[in-house]
Amino acid sequence: MSELQDRIKQIVENEPVSLFMKGTPQFVMCGNSDRALKALREAGAPITAVDILPDPAIRQELSALSGWPTIPQVFIKGELVGGADIVQELAETGELEQKLAEALGPDYRSAADARTVSVL
Amino acid sequence: MTAMATEPLEALLRQAFPNASELAVVDRTGTGDHFQVVVSDAGFDGLSLVDQHRLVYDALAQPLADGSIHELRIRTKGTA
Repeated sequence: MSELQDRIKQIVENEPVSLFMKGTPQFVMCGNSDRALKALREAGAPITAVDILPDPAIRQELSALSGWPTIPQVFIKGELVGGADIVQELAETGELEQKLAEALGPDYRSAADARTVSVL
Repeated sequence: MTAMATEPLEALLRQAFPNASELAVVDRTGTGDHFQVVVSDAGFDGLSLVDQHRLVYDALAQPLADGSIHELRIRTKGTA
């Protein structure tokens, strides 16, 4: 396994909620990444964001790992929750909060804003 | 890269979901590369949204891979 692949896997598996996106939460570079970010924020999720734009290899390795072809990708404790459409849909129905509470415990809500980590 | 009409995408989806109760492709921006697809199919019953969307991605693997779809929004529904 390459170092990059290993680093992505560690984030996916160890972070409570990871969001692989175009840009950062402070400077979103794509409308779909923005939709996923907003849905997660509204649900109060503790977000760990990874910008996939600095190196095309990030996206390649991520999609190889998840089998999901598009960006953004959201994971809760290692499980792929989906892309922007699914996360938005789950947020609208309240299922996202339910999922977060199930996976992270009822006190999952984070006061802190999203943090950004690099995989490079 | 040439812009894509909705018909070829509809044909690919129809092939993958021949019994779909609802199947629609909308060109969201009029530029032939940002699409919204809606598929309702009994085959989705009992599948997670992730697995439902995976089936749509599989059906559209070619236009996704060659870049003719720049952005794809998906809405899937079972019939149950």
